[in-house]
Amino acid sequence: MSEYFFGIDIGSSYTKACILDANRKVLAQRTIKTGISFENACEKVKELVVSDLKISGDQLTKSVSTGVGRKNVAFAQFNKPELNCISKACYFYFPQASTIIDIGGQDNKLIIVAADGKQKSFKMNRKCASGTGSFLEEMSLKLDLGLTEMNERARSVKDSVKVSSFCTVFAATEIIHHIRNNSDTNQIIRGVFESVIKRVFEMGDLSGTIILSGGTIEKNPMLIQIFGEKLNSPPLVPPAPQMIGAIGAALYGVDEFEKENA
Amino acid sequence: MSMKIESTKILKKMTTEYFQSFFPKEGKRPLTAWCSSIGPSEILTAMGFQVYYPENHGALLGATRTSNDHIPKAHSIGYHPDICSYLSSDIGAYLNGQTPLTKTYGIPEIPKPDLLVYSTNQCREVQDWFGFYEKEFGAKMIGISSPWKLGVMGSEEVTYVKNQLKEMIKTIEDHFKLKLDPQKLKEVVGLSAESSKLWKTFLRKAKSTPAPFSFFDGCIQMAPAVVLRGRADAVEYYKTLNGEVDQYLATNPPSTKPEFRLYWDGMPIWGKLRFFSDLFKENNTTVVGSTYCDSWIFDCLDGDNPLESMAMAYTRIFINRSEEIKEATLKNMYEEYDCDGMIFHDSKTCPYNSNNRFCLPQRLSDKFNIPNLVIDGDLNDLRCFSEEQTVTAVESFLEQLRIDKL
Repeated sequence: MSEYFFGIDIGSSYTKACILDANRKVLAQRTIKTGISFENACEKVKELVVSDLKISGDQLTKSVSTGVGRKNVAFAQFNKPELNCISKACYFYFPQASTIIDIGGQDNKLIIVAADGKQKSFKMNRKCASGTGSFLEEMSLKLDLGLTEMNERARSVKDSVKVSSFCTVFAATEIIHHIRNNSDTNQIIRGVFESVIKRVFEMGDLSGTIILSGGTIEKNPMLIQIFGEKLNSPPLVPPAPQMIGAIGAALYGVDEFEKENA
Repeated sequence: MSMKIESTKILKKMTTEYFQSFFPKEGKRPLTAWCSSIGPSEILTAMGFQVYYPENHGALLGATRTSNDHIPKAHSIGYHPDICSYLSSDIGAYLNGQTPLTKTYGIPEIPKPDLLVYSTNQCREVQDWFGFYEKEFGAKMIGISSPWKLGVMGSEEVTYVKNQLKEMIKTIEDHFKLKLDPQKLKEVVGLSAESSKLWKTFLRKAKSTPAPFSFFDGCIQMAPAVVLRGRADAVEYYKTLNGEVDQYLATNPPSTKPEFRLYWDGMPIWGKLRFFSDLFKENNTTVVGSTYCDSWIFDCLDGDNPLESMAMAYTRIFINRSEEIKEATLKNMYEEYDCDGMIFHDSKTCPYNSNNRFCLPQRLSDKFNIPNLVIDGDLNDLRCFSEEQTVTAVESFLEQLRIDKL
């Protein structure tokens, strides 16, 4: 009989879910908008991944939840905090000592993982949108450009216009100032991406192996490129950066199953 | 996990009597002095003043979750959002004509001061805080300037503060036509020393495994150590409290051992005591000790040497010490309480008691392998605190400790 391990990450903006097999291979994955009900989101996304595999929900061996809505998943056997799921999944893909930078919609996380895979410490951004996915979305609205176009425009230039404010509101006014001064729009946009990275560099010492994850990383490849330029070496990026928390949750499920059947 | 402390009923009665004594049913209201929470209140008590502590009022505004009704009022008249939210809660509440003392203790308003005494040993904000009321009530104000961020304390620092205390006594005597009875001062300082010892005895009972109570219980039980200092009823209360805890430990000790024991540094988040207590309980963890509750342990108070011992006790408090002393103190407490980790509260409007800001967590981790977590919040302004982010951070930290133990 096949074993199916369901992991779900209910974030403030998106709900991500995946199913792994007993060999920890990803069989299916889906992302939907969380909307206004965690309960509805988790039922809906579960339905989608289960249908993709043409199995029923009853066939799931273990279901593990993470993310801000992790305690709202009635059918999960247990839940785990998202930072630990992120470090578990990143270590699964890159089994070495590393610093993980996860950029989500609402917060940034910097996680230190030791060579044995144990999470050693972490930092989160303060209660502020600066340097998070929300900041990029806000700028996208202000400039009336989609994220894809913003990434393309930023990629088309080498130089950038400096955006240095800590605060999202101040940064927006800074951008208006640059527009009024007829600065190159594409360079302003590149400056917006660079400002996100500057905030992350302030969170800790970024030496050693760097892994990037999170929905903002997946949606903004420009961030990966600029990180590589700043670090003088390309950072490691897992196959589905936005799915990393859900994969971590599912991995916890596999571990638990193996422990029970050892 | 914590015991239900029955003595709290006595505490409620005592604090009610204390607040109501500012408004006697008959006769004149007592001569009232306001004092900063680790100010030289023994001198004021010995001279016959009834002592009121605005920081206690600030904490009550926080604990009753009414601070955010009043903070905007203080900001609207020019107090900056980054300064002490005790100050902005308290002044805002005064301007709004409200106080939780009415509902909690049945008094009509805050007691009006005849005298305001502050010490800058904890922060400089008290100077402007008390200064507001000096103008408002036309009361006499006296400030004690404290040496700041002390390493090893020498006699010069003690003499500097002691001389100011002497000067303060003379000013009060002249202004109010009173005379300090040296014998009375010895008696009051002796009582302060005794209640302080008993308070310490209570706090150290949490060294037991499992601990009978947590830091959050300590935040409630500390009231006599703060507002009834130098009084016999504080001594009696802590004797009763210690008796109750001893009996509990002897007859009915907690059976479930918590998974983790943590140490807390920095201010409480007053409006979230229950939230934190429940969060740690849910995660089978006890916060067993804190620098905050320890701040009212004054080991060197001595009734036979009142002025010098007060100068020493109130200058050597943790918040007022050098980074090196803080580092050593935290390491010792972490070991003494047999902890698994440490929580630092970065209190947005209290930089003086946010000890994470000069790399102390990193040093404790690097030098002594003490795992720690910094929580962003504030003592009173709940706009600076995110429950969701805190739950994520705390539970991730505990999971990290769990995996590390494997």
